[in-house]
Amino acid sequence: MNLAIIEKEGLRLFLAELLRRKNTVVGVKDQSAVSSIPGDSGFYTYAPINSPEEMTLSFDVTLIPPKKYLLPAYEQLLTFNLSPGSIKADAPKEELIVFGVHPYDIIAINQMDKVFSAVPQDNHYLERRKRTTIIGIDPVKAAPRAFWSSMGADTVAGGFDLMLTDIGQCYVTEVGSKKGASLLKMAPGAREAAPAEAKERDKVRAEARKRCDANRLNFSYLELPSLLDGKEEHVIWEEKSYLCFSCGTCNLVCPTCYCFDVRDDVSIDLKKGSRYRTWDGCLLSDFAQVAGGGNFRGHRADRYRHRFYRKGQFIYRRFGDIACVGCGRCSAQCPSDIADPVAVFNRLKEGI
Amino acid sequence: MGSPSPYLPGLATIMKIEEQTAMEKLFMLRPNDGKPLGHKPGQFVEVSVFGVGECPISVSSAPNKKADFEICVRRAGNVTNALHNLKAGDVIGIRGPYGTHFPVEDLRGKDLLFVAGGLGIVPLRSFINYALERRKDYGRIIVLFGARTPADRLFKAELASLARRPDLEYLETVDVGDASWKGNVGVITTLFPKFTIDPKKTYAVMVGPPVMYRFAIAAARAKGLADDHIIVSLERKMKCGLGKCGHCQMGPVYVCQEGPVFNFAAIKNLEEALS
Repeated sequence: MNLAIIEKEGLRLFLAELLRRKNTVVGVKDQSAVSSIPGDSGFYTYAPINSPEEMTLSFDVTLIPPKKYLLPAYEQLLTFNLSPGSIKADAPKEELIVFGVHPYDIIAINQMDKVFSAVPQDNHYLERRKRTTIIGIDPVKAAPRAFWSSMGADTVAGGFDLMLTDIGQCYVTEVGSKKGASLLKMAPGAREAAPAEAKERDKVRAEARKRCDANRLNFSYLELPSLLDGKEEHVIWEEKSYLCFSCGTCNLVCPTCYCFDVRDDVSIDLKKGSRYRTWDGCLLSDFAQVAGGGNFRGHRADRYRHRFYRKGQFIYRRFGDIACVGCGRCSAQCPSDIADPVAVFNRLKEGI
Repeated sequence: MGSPSPYLPGLATIMKIEEQTAMEKLFMLRPNDGKPLGHKPGQFVEVSVFGVGECPISVSSAPNKKADFEICVRRAGNVTNALHNLKAGDVIGIRGPYGTHFPVEDLRGKDLLFVAGGLGIVPLRSFINYALERRKDYGRIIVLFGARTPADRLFKAELASLARRPDLEYLETVDVGDASWKGNVGVITTLFPKFTIDPKKTYAVMVGPPVMYRFAIAAARAKGLADDHIIVSLERKMKCGLGKCGHCQMGPVYVCQEGPVFNFAAIKNLEEALS
């Protein structure tokens, strides 16, 4: 059964069963009630779920992408004694089900998979990835700043265990892995999808795509690597970055940003310590600074430019992927609204 | 975890510490597992002081059959300051070697022009000693060494003995002299008029502070060296050494993977490579 149907109540029972079996499930919670932004219609975060009622599948975009579960903001890599003799690597042990991941975020996870499995492999990431189950959901809404429909990120072919599409009365459920197939068995009343239901899925996806098209790149995203060629001295970098606070929010909320710092912590008795990695961002002023004070990207405009080149060209040249999936998080969360890839790339395309 | 952590360092014991200048110390290290590092000249290791952190340091000794190797460290940041406070017998962590190396095999039979600015002598020393151990494999060897002041000169005794060798041409300079200094005063490019080379068979191998490259490369070009006859090693913040963490990126290039040793011709048009 590659394309199944789970009724709405069936999905609720499925989630309840996952929780009953002591699975750790994270899903999207509507946090609008705690949002400080007046009239904010949606404020969504991934968080641990204790009952099906806590979770929503009709979100537009989450504040922070699900990368926080694969590359935690604080991840212990090693533990050691300060008087050396014993040092060991920490392996991730927890199994996790991430319930409700949009295709653009799954594409971003697929990109991280490539980066961390490239030799030399990062086994900390790979182990965590192996222990993570991803249940995707097709978006029915598009966040105001989202533009995934013009980044080829409206649907995704793989990287999920199950992929749900809300077609009204029920969810069309695509099985993406063996793990997904065995999970599906836990969904009460799951049955094979009828051809009409598969067609309905296409319709739902087309409608969502249309909604997202309100905000879009004016050209094919595949042109980005060549568009950026020779634009290093374009006025846009200085002009836009004039308003950059170097706060790194765009890095923090980006599903394809995975740069990290590695640091040591020492226990209070000064006997043991740990080495951990923590998110870092290329927009932060000291990102490329070396000991002694030399900074290889000390100029704000250079840091600002680096990010766009990384999204549109560098990662493509290295791994074959455009490292922007159009989630719109950076656009929405940048304090001075200069991070929007749509604005920057469309202007570069217009050549002004 | 089914596979080992790439962040797990091996342990090494500090066998000896030699003070080079007020800022730099030479550490002789012995891997606790007794296995040679297996490095080639120009590669670096990630050095751990447990509880303080990790930083990239180039290996200064030439590869040999023994497990012992040397790193020369300037006191500049958290980890290097902590290293300077250690003593013989202390144990540190070592990961690596990482990165590209000087093309020691490809340059066999060629004339070598080493251009070492300040701390740049540290990785170059590995290649210079490698070449001297195989003296017949290489043509002329010219070593240029520049330091800020006479007191900042590293490997003083070693370089003095290089200067006495008949099979090597050694020229040195300081930016600012003092009462005792009888030698050349000026930046490293002021040494270039003092020798001639055959540009067809000469390769320049340069390591120095960022500011040195522009001028030293111009001087090498003025001597007739083609761009692909210029080899450089670049400093960046190589935090993970694995091409993941992003700190050492120079445009699309990860210096810890494609570098730190580059052929100048390959990076001369790369934004961010040389400023």
